[in-house]
Order: sequence, then C-alpha cells, then structure tokens
Amino acid sequence: MPILQTKINARSEEFKAKADAMSAVVADLKEKVAKIQEGGGAAYQERHLARGKLLPRERINHLIDDGSPFLELSQLAAYQVYDEDVPAAGIITGVGRVSGIECMIIANDATVKGGTYYPLTVKKHLRAQEIAEQNHLPCIYLVDSGGANLPRQDEVFPDRDHFGRIFYNQARMSAKGIPQVAVVMGLCTAGGAYVPAMADESIIVKNQGTIFLAGPPLVKAATGEVVSAEDLGGADVHCKVSGVADHYAENDQHALQIARRCIANLNKKKQLQLAVKKPQAPLFDPAELYGVVGTDLRKPFDVREVIARLVDGSEFDEFKQLYGTTLVTGFAHIHGYPVGIIANNGILFAESAQKGAHFIELCCQRNIPLLFLQNITGFMVGRKYEAEGIAKHGAKMVMAVACANVPKLTILIGGSFGAGNYGMCGRAYNPDFLWMWPNARISVMGGEQAAGVLATVRRESLERAGKEWSSEDEAKFKKPIVDTYEHQGHPYFASARLWDDGVIDPIQTREIIALSLSASLNRPQEPTRFGVFRM
Amino acid sequence: MFSKILIANRGEIACRVIQTAHRLGIRCVAVYSEADANARHVAMADEAFLLGPAPSSESYLRADKIIDIALQSGAQAIHPGYGFLSENTDFAEACAKNNLVFIGPPASAIAAMGSKSAAKAIMESAGVPLVPGYHGAEQSIEILRAEAEKCGFPLLLKAVAGGGGKGMRVVNQMSEFNEALAAAQREAKNAFGNPDMLLERYLTQPRHVEIQVFCDSQGNGVYLAERDCSVQRRHQKVLEEAPAPGLSLDTRKAMGEAAVKAAQAIDYVGAGTVEFLYDVDGSFFFMEMNTRLQVEHPVTEMVTGQDLVEWQLRVAYGEPLPLQQDELRIRGHALEARIYAEDPDNDFLPATGTLTYLRTPDESTHVRVDTGVVEGDEVSIHYDPMIAKLIVWDENRDQAINRMVQALEQYRINGVKTNIRFLHALSDSQPFREAQLDTGFIEKHRPLLFPAPRLDLHRALILSAGFLLEQARVTLPHNQDLWSPYAQQNSWRLNSEYAKPLLLRVDEQLYELKVLEKNHAYEISIGESFYRLHAELVNDQLKAVINGHRISVHGSLNDRELVLFHEGESFRCERHEETFGEHESTNLGSLTAPMNGSVVAVMVSPGDLVKAGQTLVIMEAMKMEHAIRSPIDGTVDEIYFNEGELVPEGVELLAVTANEEVSE
Repeated sequence: MPILQTKINARSEEFKAKADAMSAVVADLKEKVAKIQEGGGAAYQERHLARGKLLPRERINHLIDDGSPFLELSQLAAYQVYDEDVPAAGIITGVGRVSGIECMIIANDATVKGGTYYPLTVKKHLRAQEIAEQNHLPCIYLVDSGGANLPRQDEVFPDRDHFGRIFYNQARMSAKGIPQVAVVMGLCTAGGAYVPAMADESIIVKNQGTIFLAGPPLVKAATGEVVSAEDLGGADVHCKVSGVADHYAENDQHALQIARRCIANLNKKKQLQLAVKKPQAPLFDPAELYGVVGTDLRKPFDVREVIARLVDGSEFDEFKQLYGTTLVTGFAHIHGYPVGIIANNGILFAESAQKGAHFIELCCQRNIPLLFLQNITGFMVGRKYEAEGIAKHGAKMVMAVACANVPKLTILIGGSFGAGNYGMCGRAYNPDFLWMWPNARISVMGGEQAAGVLATVRRESLERAGKEWSSEDEAKFKKPIVDTYEHQGHPYFASARLWDDGVIDPIQTREIIALSLSASLNRPQEPTRFGVFRM
Repeated sequence: MFSKILIANRGEIACRVIQTAHRLGIRCVAVYSEADANARHVAMADEAFLLGPAPSSESYLRADKIIDIALQSGAQAIHPGYGFLSENTDFAEACAKNNLVFIGPPASAIAAMGSKSAAKAIMESAGVPLVPGYHGAEQSIEILRAEAEKCGFPLLLKAVAGGGGKGMRVVNQMSEFNEALAAAQREAKNAFGNPDMLLERYLTQPRHVEIQVFCDSQGNGVYLAERDCSVQRRHQKVLEEAPAPGLSLDTRKAMGEAAVKAAQAIDYVGAGTVEFLYDVDGSFFFMEMNTRLQVEHPVTEMVTGQDLVEWQLRVAYGEPLPLQQDELRIRGHALEARIYAEDPDNDFLPATGTLTYLRTPDESTHVRVDTGVVEGDEVSIHYDPMIAKLIVWDENRDQAINRMVQALEQYRINGVKTNIRFLHALSDSQPFREAQLDTGFIEKHRPLLFPAPRLDLHRALILSAGFLLEQARVTLPHNQDLWSPYAQQNSWRLNSEYAKPLLLRVDEQLYELKVLEKNHAYEISIGESFYRLHAELVNDQLKAVINGHRISVHGSLNDRELVLFHEGESFRCERHEETFGEHESTNLGSLTAPMNGSVVAVMVSPGDLVKAGQTLVIMEAMKMEHAIRSPIDGTVDEIYFNEGELVPEGVELLAVTANEEVSE
C-alpha cells in the first residue's frame, strides 16, 4: 500500500503556535474530565465508601478484564446544563471487555444526586443502550439509583425516549439475543426495580442492594406497614423467596465476580467478517496532530496529514485521488481493521459528493467499516452550482450515508456545518460512534454566516420600512448571534447534550477508533440496500 | 557380554545404568511401583514390569518378584543400583540360585561388610588402620563403659546394624555416657531391630575420604583414586569431589593400597568403596566398606575418564578389569552436588511435591546431570528425595567450583522446595573455595551458607510484576478477534490515566503495586517508591531494565504462584485475588492432612467432646510427626482414617462440629 508522506515541519513557528493552542484546549478538557470523574465529590464518596461500597469507576475496574481498556461514553453529559452540577449526568457508561467479551457497561453513580435520573441521565442511558443494541453488545447494569428525578418528572417520565424506554430496550434487546445482566449494588426503586426484574440474569449484594416497587416510606404512607428496606427488598428476600434476583453476593467485589462469570457463560463468540492484519503503529507521531490541526478553523490543513497519524503504518490507498479533490477517500487499516476513510479537504462540490457516494457503495459492497473525518463548512452554494445540481449530487451522498449498513464512525476534527454534517454522517445518520475534537465546532452554519443572514433579512425589512441601520447597530445586532453560535457550537455544549459520544484528545483518536470499531464488529453484518439515487 | 539385564532400582541410578547398558548394546528391563508408572527409568527401558504399590516394601524390596520378572523376561543379570536390594545378602544368593548374575560382589562379601563391627574385625586382621574403639559382641553397660574409657573421649556410639545417622550419638565425657547409650540403643532397636552398639573415637576435624576400588573375578584389584565427601548434613553427603584436596600422592597410594587390601581380604568382586576418616595430620582410619556403586561415583568417572557401570558389567560377565593400576590416570577436578527436595531453612527436612517447572543446565564435557525425573514428575514420600546429581569437571578445583556455581544458577525448579540455593552458597563460600574441609563444615560455616538475598524485596516485586504483565500480554485470549484493542493490558482510559493495582503476596505479606503502562514501559509505584521498568519476556526469561539497571531473571508461573530465579536464588510471590465463599461454611471444624503421610495415632473417637487446640490425630510425614489439633471446641463426628493408613495431602481426616451455644 502507498505510504503517506508528510510535508509538516514540526519546527516551524506556525506548527508550534497551532500545537500550543491545541495543547491548551486539550489541557482544559482533561481538567474538566478529571473534575467530573470525582463524581459527587469527596464528602459523598467517603459516605459511599463507608457503607462498604465501591465507587462506580472502581466497580467498572473490577468488572472488566484485568488491564483492559475502557471506552467511556458521554463523559461531559449534563456539563453546565442544569442549575446544579450533575457530573457525567450521574451515570457512567462505556464499552469494556468482560471475560473476553466486549460489553456495554452502565453504572449509576450514587454519589451524584443519589444516582437519580435527570433528563440527560436518561438520554445517556438510552444512548448506551442504543450503541449496545446496534452492535449486539451484552449489557451489564450496575444499579445504584434512587430512580427518576422527581422534580423533573415532566422531562423524565412521559415521553417516548424517557425512563420507560430503558426497560423497553432491555426487553427488545433480550428478544434479539443481546444478553442483559443487572447487578443490584444499591437502591433499585420503583421503575428502577425493572432493571433487575427485566434482566436475563441479576445479582444482588447482601445488605446493599434493594429492589422494590415502593420503598419503606411509601409503603408506610400507603398501607401503614412498617418495614426495613432490607426486609422489604434485600438480597435474602429476592434470592431466597421472591426469585427477583438470581445470584447472592457478599459484597461489591463478589457481585462483580459473579457478573464476570455470567458473561463467561454466554457462549458468545465474536464473528469477524473482516480480513484483519497485525496492527502497526503509524509512521508519524500522533502527538503531531496538535500542530497539524490547531484550533483556528479558518486555517486549512491537508487532511492526509491527519490520516497519516491515525492509520497503520501510515498506509493509505486513495480512491479517485484526482477527482473531486475536496473530499479524500481511500482504504487503510486501523489497529489491524480495514476501514474506508472519507475525509473533508475543503468544501463539498458536486464531484466530491458523487465520489463520496461511490466510495460508500464500494465499502458497503465489501463490508468495510466507514470512518468519516469531518471538517466541513458545507456544500458549495451559488447559481452555477445550483444549476449543476449540487442539491441532487449532495443528496446522493446523504442517501448513501443514510443507508450504509456497515459500521460507521464519525470524528469531528474541525467544523461541522450545515448539510455537510449530513453527508459526512452526523448524529442524525446513526454513526455507531461519534467523537469530537476539542477544537471542533458544530452548528447549522458558522456564527458569522448566521449573523450575516439574519442581519441581511433585518436590514431589508428596515430598509423597506424606510429606516436607517447604522453599521454600529448592525454590529451590535450581530454580536449576540455570533456569541450564541460560538457558545452552542462548542464541543462541551454539544457533548453535554449528547450530540456526540464524547470530546476526545486528538492523540487518543487512533485508539478510540480502534476500540469503537472493535465494539461495532460484534454485530452480525447485514447487507446494505440503498434507496433511489437521483441521477 | 550380557544381552539383557534387569535393573532392580528406580530414579537416577536406574537411568544411569540403562544409559551405559544401551551404549553397550544391552537390552534393559525396568521394574516399577505404581507410583512410578510414568517415571523416566520406565520410559528409558526396553520393557518394564509392575512390581506393586508405592511403598518400597511392596515394590522395590520384593526380591522374589524381581527374580521372577528377571526369569520371565529372559534377563541374564540383575543390576541392583544403590540402596534397596544392593547390599542384601539374601537377594544376592537368590540370584545365584536362579542362575542370574548379581551385578555386585559375592553374597559372602556383602555379608562380611554388612555388620560394621565384623567388618572392622576383618580389617584389623588384614592390617588396615582402624579408629580406636570397641566392636565387640559383649554389650553389657559395664563392658561398654570400660571400653569407652579405653577408647577415650569424645567418642561416638554407633548402631552395629546402623546407617543414615540413626542410633548414633557423640559422647563428650563419661558423665553423659549412660544417657546417650540408652537413647542410641532405643533408636537402633526401633530402626534396625538390633540395639547393639559399637564405640569409636570421635575425631574432631575429620574428613570423609573414600577410595573407589574395583576387583575382578580373576583376583585383580585396583583403586580409582579417592573422593572427598566431607561436606555433610545430617550425616548425609551433599557435595563430593575428586580428588580430595591437599591429599599427597603418598597418602593416596597408601589409602588406595589399603583399600584394595581390604577388598581382597573378603574376596571382593566388582565396584566397592572403602570409606576412611582422614585426619589433619594425614593419618587415616577404616570406617566401613560399601559393597555397591556409590551415589557419588560420577566424580571418579569424570577424573578417570572411565565408565564404572561399564566396568561393573564387564567384571560381572567375568571379564578382567579393563585397566590395570598403572594404566589409570587422574585428570582435573570434579565436583558433585546432590540436589535434594528439602528445606534447608527448616533443618533440611525432606520436601515433597510436583516438579511443575524444571530446567537443567546444558550438559557438556564440563557439566553432567544425572537425574531420574522430568518436569511434571512428583517427588513423593515413598522414596529418597534426591532430584538429581549435578556433576562438573574442569582442569583444576577453582575452575570446577566456578562451573558448579554457574551450573547451579542454571538449575531451576519450582513446585518443590530444594537445596539449590544452599548448594550455591556453599560452593561459592570462601571456606569451601579454600578447601577448609571437615565433616563439621556445614555447622561451622552456617552463617555463610544462609546469606541474605541479593535481590532486594522491591526489585524482586518489580521483576515479578514485569513477568506477570508480560506473561499476560503473550497469553492470547480465546477470541476470534486476534488483535482486538480490548485485549490490550494497558488499562487505557479516555482522557485520563488509570494505574492498575497489582497485589502480590510474599510470605503472607501483601504488597500493592500501582502499574501505569506508558510509552512501551511500565511506571510502577510501591508505596512512596517509584520505578520505571522496561521488560521483555522471552520464553521463561525476563529481560528487564529497572531505573536503568539491566537485570535478567527466569520465572515459573504456576497458576497464581510465581517463582523468579536469579543467580541461584529464588523469589516466590503469589498474585492475590479476592475469593468469596459461595456458601457459608457450616462445618468449621473440618480437618485436612497438611501433607502426604501416614496416620500414626488417632487420639479421639467419634462422639468425643474436644477442646480447641486438643490433639486429635498424629500424622507422620517425611520422618516428622505432625499433630492435627482441633481449631474449635466441639464434638468429633467421624474419623475417616485408621492408624497406619496413608493419606494424601488435603484430604479430610476427621470432622468436628462446633458445640452449639448453650441457650440460657
């Protein structure tokens, strides 16, 4: 395979400036994540530990295979969304290997608001289930939650994608043969009781886990009966009498050991339908991605410099290299897995859109997973381009992306604006995983453009009314719009709302792609059937 | 020459005999006990016959069965090896009666040397020098005291029928005599059924020097130089060498000629060893004659270039000795270390177990390994705990010692405690290098022979971690996805780092290491100490760099237990894992055998009320008694074994139920 060359000079001032800027935003990201990983804070953690329980991240460390990676999802969920801190939305989700099998792990963090479900907790839980269902990953629920957040019941309970969907998903996944295992390590009240009850197998920890539809206070209020939580729905009741739980654990570690055995008993084998190769590191240091890309979206870079720092041996076999050059397409391997890469190298034109559609068809035909490296301001606009049918050519690419059944991964490495987001497999196109670099921005269009459009509309209406609009007034009018776009297009804002699966350090991108790909390869490969392409 | 022989032995000596026999084109018949069905000597032989159950009395000592098998298989001769039937007059006679050649001396010669006091009487009349003492049949205490007075102190009381240190006492003055005599007689009576004692002057700095003699049936006799076997523990040899350091040519000649005279005095035929006590002044005294091939014969072979088993076969077949005295030469220096399954830190108590890992040094003209075991074999309670003999040769003693030290570092065993580290310290010690030999060597230099470990605890822990981490890396998981990134061991985390804990247990002490894998290296902390480790595992060898210090160790991982080998030392640790009982234990008083052994006494009966700490059963294993005590106050439910029965390690011996709390 052809090997990519680099034209980057790591000693240049430009490179250093870009690298410094990226380092700063990555450092900020890591600082935020470190804070979030403290959960509900030292006081709540100590209380949790004093009960003899493990912290949720420790639970995951014990659950997964020794030394194996954990691909955490939605770390920034609920970040600065509510008027109170809800770190990681009070729930930790991610893909990890348990007894040799890649699983989706969903763990409540009882140190954050008692592990209650805020709207974004629900959304994060459902997103994890969605990834699991899409990729046939067994689900392990480490339950320790007070249930729905009562003051916000309107955003948590009634709608389709609210609390009830959790159990719907469990049922549907179980029906599809995707194993569901629940470990009750704390409260599991009301609706929450259905997590273990709906699970294929459930484990409960003695003196810690409780499962009941109504807790002691509600029981007392309803019937006057006075009963302790343990007597009402503890491990003894459920393992020896009710049969709601199947396995009796002495403590957290024991419960997690049992969960590992449950997974070991699944009789599940990952069936790879890909021709994998021995993984090989890229020839160029991924750390140089900082200086290649930088944080200023207006400064262009050759996306091949990015690809050269992600793929095995920096080997990249380009498809239609000389045609529609603003879109780079080609074959490579990442951590041994074959991938078809579609990467922006400028605005999308009719040719580049058709090239993209063609390449997606190729990959679907060959069962090759797709990797989108998104840095797109949109499709080309203007009379000439409309007349050439940019809309129908763009639609071909969107059609191809939407219908492609191979695993799809999207990384936002720069801008993600307008219809470009669609053609490049944005969130609405169901990529199996979508990750965002901290320098990236996402919005329907750039803040400047949006402010410009809105200013034009306003100026026209003012002028029709015969009014003057000074350029100072216009600037004043545009400023909040630009600010809002900048604020809402920021990765933290996006990630807090689950528009992606996480903001990531560019250095870790290769590893994240590999872990995401590996997870997505657990599903049986289904052939792709495309819709009608407008010709 | 014979075309087929039977080897009435097991272990290394059986293998040793088969090797030479095969080289001479002789077919070999092996015999084996049930415990040895898969033993190396059985695999090496051309055919093999089962004798019976593991205990020697039911297998290797069954002379009748062995003769039947020899006749049935068409063997013309029987090689008895050493031990077992090798010095048994009846067996030698039975062979003769059945027209089988006993590859050893005539029965009469065995008988003559079998009783130590009778042997000394013969030697005395043949003019061989003897240690002052009394070897008379009269055993009354008055006579013995009078003879003791004549002999002088310190003196040694020895069982007439004895061996192996049993029934033996040193008496420093007359006031101790009666008590020592009573104890020695009791032991002798128990061990040999004969309480008779002989008295000998006890030399304070004696060396054990023995002469290898060989006689043929034509009346020729030669001596093949001497061996120094002074380094002994519990009166058993551990390190032997040839020639004896500092022995003058004249002394060698005098001892050799005395030895040949001794052998000819009893019409000896075959290989024999005349043991002498050699004193600092150059004088030597006859101790005893062993009428068999000795364990330590290889050092003689190494310095003479002769194959003594071949000599035995030729002489037994009636051929004359292959060489005459003036044709025999000594070249260089040879050492032999006996590798035992034993615990030097616990008074050299024999150990048992399975050789889960066994690596031997490469054999060459300088290094020879005589062994009867392979990896996976068990060292059981039934037989001698010797695992192997390591023999080295070089031009001189200094070089030979270097060879020995190096070869011991390459000898690595896991699964059974061994004396390898002790042998290493011993052969590398200054007094041994300076040949300050006497039979009290080990006692005298004890502190030198049990040195502090050279590998400090932290480095040992870091190396263990490196071994375990690298081992986990090369152990591919059972998965279709060969290179899945989830199979990595780097504890990768998104936007953060995770130093994974590694819990290692060393002698009941738990250590927590935190391991962070970074840039192809491990960053490991133990408490406040921080180490950077590069590690590469090639088969069982770990090549490591700890904070810039390059070090190489070998390791053997057996389930969760890891043993590291480094310059003759070993370091043992266990990977700690939380385990949880699936069910609450209801029978807290279950009592299991701590090791393979036999039940000597059952002190309680079912239904007895017992107190915590009370002795319930006494087991004997490896010549030691172990009391099985009740861990609780309770009632004996059932006893599963009777006195005299053999029990394997880990089985429940009896059951005790805790007393119900008395309700008020």
